[in-house]
Amino acid sequence: MPTKDFIRQRFFPHLWCAGCGHGVIMASLIRAIEALNLPKNNVVIVSGIGCSSRMPGYLDFHTLHTLHGRALAFATGIKMGRPELTVIVPMGDGDASAIGGNHLIHAARRNIDVTALVLNNSIYGMTGGQNSPTTPLDARSTTTPRGNIDPAFDLVELAKGAGASFVARSTAFHTKELEQMLEKAISHRGFSFVEAMSGCPTYFGRRNKLGSGVDLMRMFRERTVPIGSEKKKTDPSLIERGIFVDRARPSYTDQYRYITQSACEEH
Amino acid sequence: MSGTLRFIQGNEAVVEGALYAGLGFYAGYPITPSTEIAELLAERLPKRGGTYIQMEDEIASLCSIIGASLTGRKVMTATSGPGFSLMQEAIGYAVMAEVPCVVVNVQRSGPSTGLPTAVAQGDVMQARWGTHGDHAIIALTASNLQDVFSMTIEAFNMAETYRTPVILLLDEVVGHMREKVVIPGEGIPVVERLVTSVPEGIDYHPYLAREDGRLPMSDFGGVHRYNVTGLVHDMWGFPSNDPTVAYNLLRHLVDKIEKRSHEIVRCQEHQLDDADILLISYGSSARSALHMVEKGRDSGIRIGLLELNTLWPFPYEIVRRAAEKTELVLVVEMNMGQIYQEVKKAVRTDRVYLVNRFDGVFISHTDIEKVLNVVMGRGV
Repeated sequence: MPTKDFIRQRFFPHLWCAGCGHGVIMASLIRAIEALNLPKNNVVIVSGIGCSSRMPGYLDFHTLHTLHGRALAFATGIKMGRPELTVIVPMGDGDASAIGGNHLIHAARRNIDVTALVLNNSIYGMTGGQNSPTTPLDARSTTTPRGNIDPAFDLVELAKGAGASFVARSTAFHTKELEQMLEKAISHRGFSFVEAMSGCPTYFGRRNKLGSGVDLMRMFRERTVPIGSEKKKTDPSLIERGIFVDRARPSYTDQYRYITQSACEEH
Repeated sequence: MSGTLRFIQGNEAVVEGALYAGLGFYAGYPITPSTEIAELLAERLPKRGGTYIQMEDEIASLCSIIGASLTGRKVMTATSGPGFSLMQEAIGYAVMAEVPCVVVNVQRSGPSTGLPTAVAQGDVMQARWGTHGDHAIIALTASNLQDVFSMTIEAFNMAETYRTPVILLLDEVVGHMREKVVIPGEGIPVVERLVTSVPEGIDYHPYLAREDGRLPMSDFGGVHRYNVTGLVHDMWGFPSNDPTVAYNLLRHLVDKIEKRSHEIVRCQEHQLDDADILLISYGSSARSALHMVEKGRDSGIRIGLLELNTLWPFPYEIVRRAAEKTELVLVVEMNMGQIYQEVKKAVRTDRVYLVNRFDGVFISHTDIEKVLNVVMGRGV
């Protein structure tokens, strides 16, 4: 099926700026869903609030655009309400790790069988370029005019620490890699966390004089390396891409099914 | 009425009512004095194939029941003041996205942590206006456990009928006291979800109301894929900035409840026919008000009680008509006059008095009697 068969053209044009990485990441997500041959009626996309959270509206699945930071809590209800559904949760970096940080760590701890996709552009784009928990130290934003003094979260480390059973990172530049990662993440039974680094030329790029969307893509190519790369040993500032965690752990949904079965047998 | 006779706690009566109504999903977070609802459902829901989940906070609790409701389950959460404050944003989401859900608030003294184990009725206005923006809301209450059971079922029925969150506004005394309750085997009407008859392949409009104002739903996972959002949206659920769409949506959200208040309002009259003195009360305060009525009648005072089971939409017309026939109106409640102010909108006279407590102590018939003596000119 061509990509356009997975989108709601009624909803276009989309609101993402020229040079934004989000559309490319959405295309990787669509190809991953297509490769997995998931029936459209079995897929639910749940988002919070922000630029990336507009994604569900563009996609022809069951879609839920919720409250800022709360997407994983809504997704938990959907998954537990109807466990046979595939639930995918695109979020922004502020959405997922600031206002929604509590839900993120608890979804990971529970190992609920949903896929969290964080489109990390290191900035609050929808509100005009304020610093987020993933804005690097010293970076400029509208609320850090003299440079950011808040240390940034490493989202991969955060997800690992909270117990996510699948953790991966790629970028908007590495579309094929991201697509394959998403395929694995969606197939994984348990909580999957995928960070997709995305470029925001409008706010992050401009404020930090990093150039256009193309320049940001170039940065993703040059400043990231596969896990275990030799380059990382000589330049620790490079960011690693790949699958950091992929382990079997009972999912919350499966565990609850056992609870229900044993409760019913008590009768 | 045939059924099982039980001697149970108010919170357990909520559980019985919810299960009777077909509760399929509960999410919550522990908080006094509502916790027993969660504990009992953790035990009982799995036995009937339902789902219980303890979430990381009250925000997540309400968000997850909204998600589960969209998959076709009947859903509920329960909390008290601090948790109810945390839920307000998501209550607004359920209002806007028109997702049926029941939110139980077993009220305790506030503000803030207040007196966590003490009774109060201070959340009446928060139930009405806690979430931001213009909206309508349904809030129900009860003073005895048979009514707690039946109003819980009503809460589910109204949530499904009007596609809206319904607040069940109980209080610590009602939640924790024990009383006999008859749990009927059958006989109480239960409203099931109205599901769309639009077949697969035909354009389904999730937000196009029928002539009667109702909106048939389609479950997530079903044959109709549509968008749900907290943004102002059109009949497909797509966000819109069109002022006409915004106007019509807000009108619909308010009118579907305010214009049907005659269907939603539940009140009980106790000895009002010849009453000169009208007590208006609700929740556990109404028990003391009823006690006062019985005591007053014994001493020859023509006194009666209008007990409110629906607080929102407020029954202005019923209150006005009841007050018309009486000389004095006393509003009995455990807050600083939240329903008293509404009564004064309905009864525009200087003969409305407030009898209240807000110190965490249950209001008694003697508290009412003291005020009554003063307003009747009998001295303190």
